[in-house]
Amino acid sequence: MLCPRKPKKTGKAMSDINTPAALQPVSIRRPVRWHIAVFLLPAFIVYSAIMVLPLIETLRLSFFNTVDGVSTFIGLANYQVLFGDQRWAHDFWNALRNNLVFFAIHMCVQNPIGIALAALLSTPKLRFVAFYRTAIFLPTLLSFVIVGFVWKLILSPIWGVAPWLMGLVGMKSLFAPWLGQSGPALVAVSLISNWQYIGIPMMLIYAALLSIPEEVIEAAEMDGITGWSQFWKIKLPLILPAIGIISILTFVGNFNAFDLVYTIQGALAGPDMSTDILGTLLYRTFFGFQLQLGDRSMGATIATVMFLIILAGVSFYLFAIQRRMRRYQF
Amino acid sequence: MIRATTGMLLAATVLASAGMAHAADVTLTIESWRNDDLAIWQEKLIPAFQAKNPGIKLVFSPTAPTEYNASLNAKLDAGSAGDIITCRPFDASLELFNKKQLVDLTGLSGMSNFSPVAKAAWSTDDGSKTFCVPMASVIHGFIYNKDAFEKLGIAVPKTNDEFYAALDKIKKDGTYIPLAMGTKDLWEAATMGYQNIGPNYWKGEDGRKALIEGKQKLTDADWVKPYEELAKWKPYLGDGFEAQTYSDSQNLFTLGRAAIYPAGSWEISLFNSQAQFKMGAFPPPVPKAGDTGYISDHPDIGVALNAKSAHQEEAKKFLTWVASPEFADIYANALPGFFSLNSTPVKMADPLAQEFVSWRGTFKPSVRSTYQILSRGKPNLENETWVESANVINGTDTPKVAAEKLQKGLDSWYKPAK
Repeated sequence: MLCPRKPKKTGKAMSDINTPAALQPVSIRRPVRWHIAVFLLPAFIVYSAIMVLPLIETLRLSFFNTVDGVSTFIGLANYQVLFGDQRWAHDFWNALRNNLVFFAIHMCVQNPIGIALAALLSTPKLRFVAFYRTAIFLPTLLSFVIVGFVWKLILSPIWGVAPWLMGLVGMKSLFAPWLGQSGPALVAVSLISNWQYIGIPMMLIYAALLSIPEEVIEAAEMDGITGWSQFWKIKLPLILPAIGIISILTFVGNFNAFDLVYTIQGALAGPDMSTDILGTLLYRTFFGFQLQLGDRSMGATIATVMFLIILAGVSFYLFAIQRRMRRYQF
Repeated sequence: MIRATTGMLLAATVLASAGMAHAADVTLTIESWRNDDLAIWQEKLIPAFQAKNPGIKLVFSPTAPTEYNASLNAKLDAGSAGDIITCRPFDASLELFNKKQLVDLTGLSGMSNFSPVAKAAWSTDDGSKTFCVPMASVIHGFIYNKDAFEKLGIAVPKTNDEFYAALDKIKKDGTYIPLAMGTKDLWEAATMGYQNIGPNYWKGEDGRKALIEGKQKLTDADWVKPYEELAKWKPYLGDGFEAQTYSDSQNLFTLGRAAIYPAGSWEISLFNSQAQFKMGAFPPPVPKAGDTGYISDHPDIGVALNAKSAHQEEAKKFLTWVASPEFADIYANALPGFFSLNSTPVKMADPLAQEFVSWRGTFKPSVRSTYQILSRGKPNLENETWVESANVINGTDTPKVAAEKLQKGLDSWYKPAK
């Protein structure tokens, strides 16, 4: 019943448009489209109130400090202290260096393994894909407090299962109280973070791999490109944009990181400040810690520097990398 | 934690409904970091006060200890803090008083129940004004497993040589970890280690005052020596002590796996409830037999009145009660290990607490060296001491290097009055 009527209707609509009357410039008074503003307003208000205004306030605060009990505009003096004062500079560069190591470990361990897992999951013959996918993604959904606490227990030299498990394979002698040693602590914390968040690159890459059309893969197979070389030559170039997105997400996430270090190592990011990253430095400075009182101006200064670092990183990615990235359309 | 939260919610509900029933009642909120004391306040202290003062209701509302200072400062600035403020000792509270957020309590009746030393932690630098009612102090020392000592035939060590001989003996036997202490949480090494044994070397108050006056430096032998002793502790700590947390140490000791626990007296009630063996305590061993002994008897808790409180009169009534011997008696017995600073001696039932407090007779008391004045600047001496004490035990820094770092940090902002 429906089928025969359909073309007729379309035909009528077409002829409507083609009639000269419809093409004549009628003085159309476009109504002011209030609904756009109305629909945008809630998001605009919320976004301004909780994102834009605090950001501006932070920037403003970093140019002020308390002089004789009164908040006074002091220009860039806070920045001079942060980079000029030996102690502040030492703390800051130490935190930045640790943060770079933290980021490097994420880029070298979490993301490559995430991509590899995604590639494995997308092999058509693999069984229990849904189970693996869920299991690997699950830690991402856990609270960092739980992750930190669980790993602290696993790695505990007293109650932990790690020494026992390593003993089972005869590697007990290799176990060390990593979280308490100034060298390995940062690596250990980074790897815990990798364990938790590996699901995110895996899922994004997995989605990208699934979106590669069958035809492309078939064509590759016709040309005799299979297995590893297929991954390197066909799939990898096609998922490069997704890898770029993951890199930038990792970058922003790492330079904002604070929670996991705080739960595992405390606000002093011990031992000997070896796990101190920008987030923990900011926390200690802004809110104070134990006998040290909070210093909002210096805290805001550090927050601003963090903002600039992230801004620089993201801009570099957007202008230098993303523009040159080749995209393929099918 | 969950129990505490549920308890708090329950208390809030009960108190809120009670408040509605007597609409004319004044409710005073007490800000505190003592989560652990919630039950004692609700079951003993608050009923005792309310029975005598009808018309005043008390709500005890604690925050997590590490968040307390930050959240309290924010609440005071915003004007939303409770009527009664629990005071940290020295500068943290002095700062609040200087900002006029705490009321001057010098004239409060009941203040005369406290000695100047007890009030020092909550007075202005010249001692002319007091702004918190002293509540309790904590004493450092060592708690030991009596059963273990008996089994191994060890006498309670009095001097340093005896202390190390005992440690060697425990280590050789192998049943127990000699010392239950870890460096993961940093403050354990500083508070239970450095501040515990230190007063014996820097001669208690004499050294502490000389440091504040600039007559001594942290690089002087008296101040480096405690670090040298701490460095010697390393072989006696448990395997993997670098990653051993504070609660790990507590558990190692209460489970009977360690023989000696470098302690603060605040552990007493927890240990009493958890340990299945007899416990004793000994003060920090003196360097040589016959030396004068010093202990850290550190004022830890006081209470103050929020200047913005709407119920000044009622709050003062409460504070006067806190200053009374009656409060001291309930508090010290409910919380063995928190010793009353009231001049009226309190009879305590707990033998371990008795042991600690008995040292006040023969040892000279002192407060922690980093608390008064010296932690006012950045870098903060107390926080640096945490890091360096752990470094010394871990072997990251030698005692000499650690002392130099601390002194350098202190020199960068602290100019002692000449």
